[in-house]
Amino acid sequence: MASQPKIIVIGGGLAGLSAVIKIAEMGGKVDLFSIVPVKRSHSVCAQGGINAAKNLKGEGDSTFQHFDDTVYGGDFLANQPPVKAMCDAAPGIIDLLDRMGVPFNRTPEGLLDFRRFGGTLYNRTAFAGATTGQQLLYALDEQVRRYESEGKVTKFEHWEFLSAVLDSNRICRGVCAMDLRSMEVRTFPADAIILATGGNGAIFGRSTNSVVCTGSAQSALYQQGCYYANGEFIQVHPTCIPGEDKLRLMSESARGEGGRVWVPKMPGDKRDFKSIPQGERWYFLEEWYPKYGNLVPRDIATRAIHKVVYEYNLGIDGKPMVYLDLTHIDRKILDRKLEGILEIYEKFVGDDPRDVPMKIFPGMHYTMGGMWVDFTQATNIPGIYAAGECEYQYHGANRLGANSLVSCIFGGFVAGPMAVNYARNLKAAPSNGHFDAERKHQQENNATLMKAEGNENPFKLWRELGDLMTKNCTVIRYNKNLQETDAELCKLLERFRNINLSDRTQWANTSVVFARQLYNMLQLARVIAQGASLRDESRGAHYKPDFPERDDKNWLKTTKATFAPDADEPKFEFEPVDISLITPRPRRYDAVK
Amino acid sequence: MANSKTVVFKIKRQATPGTKSHWEEFELPWHSGMNVISSLMEIAANPVTREGKATTPITYDSNCLEEVCGSCAMLINGRARMACSALVDKLEQPIRLEPFSKFPVVRDLAVDRNVLFENLKAVKAWVPIDGSYDLGSGPRVTMQEQEAAYPLSRCISCCCCMEVCPQFNEDTGFVGAATISQVRLFNAHPTGAALKRERLAALMEDGGIQECGYAQNCVEVCPKDIPLTRSIAEVGGQVMKQAISDLFKK
Repeated sequence: MASQPKIIVIGGGLAGLSAVIKIAEMGGKVDLFSIVPVKRSHSVCAQGGINAAKNLKGEGDSTFQHFDDTVYGGDFLANQPPVKAMCDAAPGIIDLLDRMGVPFNRTPEGLLDFRRFGGTLYNRTAFAGATTGQQLLYALDEQVRRYESEGKVTKFEHWEFLSAVLDSNRICRGVCAMDLRSMEVRTFPADAIILATGGNGAIFGRSTNSVVCTGSAQSALYQQGCYYANGEFIQVHPTCIPGEDKLRLMSESARGEGGRVWVPKMPGDKRDFKSIPQGERWYFLEEWYPKYGNLVPRDIATRAIHKVVYEYNLGIDGKPMVYLDLTHIDRKILDRKLEGILEIYEKFVGDDPRDVPMKIFPGMHYTMGGMWVDFTQATNIPGIYAAGECEYQYHGANRLGANSLVSCIFGGFVAGPMAVNYARNLKAAPSNGHFDAERKHQQENNATLMKAEGNENPFKLWRELGDLMTKNCTVIRYNKNLQETDAELCKLLERFRNINLSDRTQWANTSVVFARQLYNMLQLARVIAQGASLRDESRGAHYKPDFPERDDKNWLKTTKATFAPDADEPKFEFEPVDISLITPRPRRYDAVK
Repeated sequence: MANSKTVVFKIKRQATPGTKSHWEEFELPWHSGMNVISSLMEIAANPVTREGKATTPITYDSNCLEEVCGSCAMLINGRARMACSALVDKLEQPIRLEPFSKFPVVRDLAVDRNVLFENLKAVKAWVPIDGSYDLGSGPRVTMQEQEAAYPLSRCISCCCCMEVCPQFNEDTGFVGAATISQVRLFNAHPTGAALKRERLAALMEDGGIQECGYAQNCVEVCPKDIPLTRSIAEVGGQVMKQAISDLFKK
C-alpha cells in the first residue's frame, strides 16, 4: 500500500500522456516508457480533427447526438455507458486542450472552429490545420515535460515493454522492459501499470500506422492472460497512397471537393490516363451508388474498390491501385482547399495531383478491437489498465472519423485516476521472487533468439505475414480463406523457430527487437483471423459475403480471446453488449437515420 | 537516377558510440517509388553488401514515415533532411547516407538528440495551466493570431536546423533555432506569456540567443518551412527589451 502511488505508463501517445498528467496531478509518481521519444508517437500522424458537441454553430448539436452517431457508426457493438461518458466529456476535453495552447482553427469571433466529418450531420470536429493529432500530442507532451522538470515523471525513452511482472496471486507488480540501446533487460516495480501502446497496423505489413504500431505489447499481455476483445474489427480506410514502406493517408476531403474514383475499363490497360477516353473509364462508385457517389461511407467505398481490383481484376496496370482524379478541378480551388494533402502526394510520390490522377488503394488504418477493459479501463488482471487505441472500449464495429483522438484522451483521463485509486488500496505482495523470475525469463528469450542458427530472416517473414493478413483478413472475408490464413500463421510460427538474426551484437540491435515483435504479431494475428472466422455475420467493418447481414440475435456480443498456453492458440468466449441506453436499429447509409 | 536498373547506397556505419566508422556499399534493384527509408528496410531483409559480404541491418530512427514525427533526420548526399521524404529517383547516385555530425552517434545512422528536449525544459516550453480540471473555455484567440502561431507549432524537433548551424557546436553550447522559435510561440500565447520573463532570461545565459551568427542555414533547411530567422529576430528583440529594462530596474 503506497502513500505515493507508483504507476508505470507504457506508451507516450495521446492516451499515455493523458494518463500521466492525471497521475502526476494526483500526487502519484510515474515511470513513462516509450520506444521513441514521446512526441514522435504515432498520435502525431492524425490529421482530420477531434470531435466534441460544443454546439458553436447554432445547429442544436448535443452530446447525446454525438453519442448516438458514435454508437450507430459502430453498428451497435460498443458497450454504451462508456461511449456516452466519452461524448459527455468531449467538450471539456477540447476546452482543456485549447487552454494548453493547441492552435485550433478559429472563427471570426475568436472561438473554436468546427467542421463536418464522416458519419454525422453536425459540424463538431475541431481541427488545427491539417495536423490535429500532432498539435494535440505536442500540447500533452509539453505538459508532461513540465511535470518531468518537477521530478514527478521519469521518462524511459528508447525502452520497450516486454512483459508484466505478476506475483504468485497473478497480481501485476510491475513490468519487465528492455533498453533498446544497451539491450539491458530490467524489471521495474509499480503499484499499477497502464498500457497505451496504440494499434497493430504492422501485422498487416503496410498500413497508415507508424513503425512502432506492432501490437506487440498487447500481444505479450494477451499471452500472459489478458483478454483481447473484438480483435477481428479492423478499419480499412478507402483512400491511401500505396508505398513500399507505408500507406500514406489521402484525406476524405479530396473526394469532398469533387475528386472522382475510376479505373480503365480494359483489364491491364497500359495507356497513359490522358489517352483513355471518358467512355473507357469506369467511375464505379458513381455507377453503383448513384445517390452518394464518391462520398459513400468508408467501409462501403473500401469494399467497392476491393471488389473492382480483386474480383474484376481491373486495377491500374494490373496492380492493386485505382485512380482518385482531381485533374478536372480548377487549380485555384485545389490550391485554396486541398493544398496540404496535395503536398503529401507531391512529396512522397513525386507527381502533382493537379496534373495527374492520384493512384490510391484502401489501407489498414485503425484497430477497433484491443485489450478487454471494464468501464474503469481495468483489464482482467488486477493492476493492469489500458487506454487508447490498444483497448476495445469505444468504437464498436467501426470507428467514426475524428472520434479516435477524443477516445484516446478520455480513456487516459479515466485510466490514470483509476490506477491511482487502485494503487492506494493495494496490499503488498506475499513474496518477491517474481521480479527475478520474469527478468530471467525475458533474458532467456533474447539469448535464444541471439543464438538461433536457422535461415529465416525476420523482416522477410514479416512481409509474408503482412501480405497474408492484408489479402485475407481485411475488407472481404471468407471462412475458407480465414481458416487457411490461420494454418499459414501456424506455419510462419514454425518457421520463426528457424530464425537467424544476422545481427548478434549487444548494442542497438534492431534485429532482435524486431524478431520479438514479430513473434508477438504472429500470435495476435491468430486472434484476428480466428475471431473473424467465428463471427458469421457482417457488422461495421467486418464483412462476409457468405453472411452479408447483421445478425443481432446471434452476434450482438463482444468477442473475447484468451490465450491457452498449453494449446498455444486463442480460445474464444463471448459477452453480451450493454445496449441499455439506445435500442439497436438497422445501419443504413442510403437513408437519414 | 530515374530508370537505372539498380540503386547504389554508400552508408556510413559505426557499431557503437566509441568505435570508428567505416563505409559500406549496397546495391538494390530499382523499382518506382523508392525512398531512403524503404531502401533501408530492404537492406534489413537482405543485409548483404555490394561485394557480397554478409553484414548487419542498418540501425536508424524512424516512425511515421511521412515527415511529421521528426525521427529520420540524417545527412543524405551531404544535406540535412528527413529520410522518409527523400525519393530515390530525385537523388544523385551513389546515394550517401551519414548520421548527423553534431550529435553523438548511437549506431550507424541513429544519433542522440536529447539535447533539444533538455533545452525545451530550460526555456519552459509549455503553457502553465492551473490544472487539468474543467475550467471552461480557453481565452479567445483571433484567426490572425492562430495563423501566426500554427506554423511555429509545427516544429517536429528533427534538429536539422541545429545540424546545419555553424554556431551549434561544443564551443558555444548554442541552443539553436528550434528552441528560440518555441520561445516565440509560447511568449505569444495569452497564458504562455506568464513565463515570458523566465524564458527570455534562459536565452540570455551561456549558449543563449546571443550566439546566433545570422548564417540563415536554419530557415533554408527546415523541412516544415518554419520562419526561423523571423523567430530569432523577434525573440532577439524581446531579449533586448528585457535586458535594458532590467538595467534600469537595478
